Amino acid sequence: MSDILTLLDDPAREAERLAFAGAIGRPVGVRLAGGPELAARPGTVAAALATLAVERDAAAVLLPQGLFGAEVAALLALRLGAAAITDVVAIDPDLTATKPIMAGTAFSRARVTGGLAIFTVQPGLEAPPLAEPAEVVELAPPAAAAGEDRVAVLGLTPRAASGGRPDLLSAEIIVSAGRGTGGDLGPVEQLADALGAAVGASRAAVDAGWVDPSLQVGQTGKTVSPRLYVAAGISGAIQHQAGMRGAGLIVAVNEDPEAPIFEIADLGIVGDLGEVLPAAAAAVRAL
Amino acid sequence: MKIIVLVKYVPDIEAGYQFNSARRLDRGGDGLLNQLDEYPLEQARRLAEQFGAEVVALTLGPDEAEEAVRRALQMGADSGVHVCDAAVEGSDALATALILAAAIRRLGGADLILCGAGSADATTSLIPVQLAARLQIPALTGAASLTVQDGAVEIRRDLDAWSLQLAAPLPALVSVNDKTGEPAYPSAKAVMLARKKPVESLDLADIGVDPAAVGAGGAKVEVASITPAPARAGGQILDSESDDVVAAFVALLQANALI
Repeated sequence: MSDILTLLDDPAREAERLAFAGAIGRPVGVRLAGGPELAARPGTVAAALATLAVERDAAAVLLPQGLFGAEVAALLALRLGAAAITDVVAIDPDLTATKPIMAGTAFSRARVTGGLAIFTVQPGLEAPPLAEPAEVVELAPPAAAAGEDRVAVLGLTPRAASGGRPDLLSAEIIVSAGRGTGGDLGPVEQLADALGAAVGASRAAVDAGWVDPSLQVGQTGKTVSPRLYVAAGISGAIQHQAGMRGAGLIVAVNEDPEAPIFEIADLGIVGDLGEVLPAAAAAVRAL
Repeated sequence: MKIIVLVKYVPDIEAGYQFNSARRLDRGGDGLLNQLDEYPLEQARRLAEQFGAEVVALTLGPDEAEEAVRRALQMGADSGVHVCDAAVEGSDALATALILAAAIRRLGGADLILCGAGSADATTSLIPVQLAARLQIPALTGAASLTVQDGAVEIRRDLDAWSLQLAAPLPALVSVNDKTGEPAYPSAKAVMLARKKPVESLDLADIGVDPAAVGAGGAKVEVASITPAPARAGGQILDSESDDVVAAFVALLQANALI
């Protein structure tokens, strides 16, 4: 069985990534020494992975979804004359990968023909746990790749934490705030906390400065697939739907009965979210 | 200073789109300038105001893609370049970056190459760093803000837990996201002036790219199938004035074992 290299850059997702790799081949985790500034050095990471992939004649390299993963994939593909498929949600044993396209309105199934296959993989995908622990390779910090040695990291500032709520990408339930909240996140947070849910947001709520950008759901934010997604005061533009239409159930609360979100909601509530959400939170707490 | 902004013509997803029998997107349908490309155009416009820079909008695509360039001209670009060649159809990311690199060399390079965070159709975000690597210039990507000073460009890139402040000497490539500032809506005058701005059309021979190196033949990704996402039919719609919406919500939670 061929090696499937998987980059382990997030301790909380190591087991998940190794299990996903194990479902398609022999899983090999790769840990790379270095801090958050590695995000600005995808070529350096790609160089280290290329050497390892060639040494081991690996069949595939799995990378995290997102800009950093896509850039490592792009530069690894360039280096090895290989090809990359981003944002995959499933990989068959023959390495055919499924990914959403066209803002989540369609799925493509595609295969890398010949040579190494490189994928960026959505977080939170389920795979059977490994029968035995996987091999993990620890790589020393590589020297900066050509071009990237000219990129200087001038500063590194920690960002606000999520207030102890579950991680958006692993949460079973997400309550998301949109423009319709008017900037008052109280009702959204009340319902989220009653349900043990994560808080998300639409782009409008993030751009208004009401919610941290790391919580944005949609084309330019995160793609989530919780069991339940509650859209509060979110009209549901296609760019937002691209990030959440894979949710198990969708509940929408909006004052505008014409909001596009109602077209994909399993339960639509036309009304004032400032009244509906606290009442729903109280009912959940009373159970 | 010379700035090249990469723009893409993408289908209007809400208006509908089609894939042909070779499972490739029909790029001749209703389309528009990729919305995320408006942000680098806006940054270019601001830099032009600040430094008197020349702004060139560059696209690669079928005949219809000229519309994206025209829109870019309305949004402040001084001229457009449209690389158009039948042999390009079916190219993968590596080939696309190869073509764009050749086109940029043919244009004499640039101090700054700007592009958006991704395209609405495939959203791979693979091209910018491949292009920078081919041009052997540094890439600063995912910029949430951008400044140019003393021959260098500085950006802020926001990760989940960290904000990075990054800098590189020019020439450099920078991809900017939708946090960099809302694009100014073109005035009627800007729209009129745009009609007189030049758009140069180039084919692969003009930029010295071998057609055999690009297109579907050279692509290393083979698409097996395209299927519509499972339809999400709208469900029950209730009105909080007249219905017991809280009971309906709790019933939904209970029926799906969510509490």
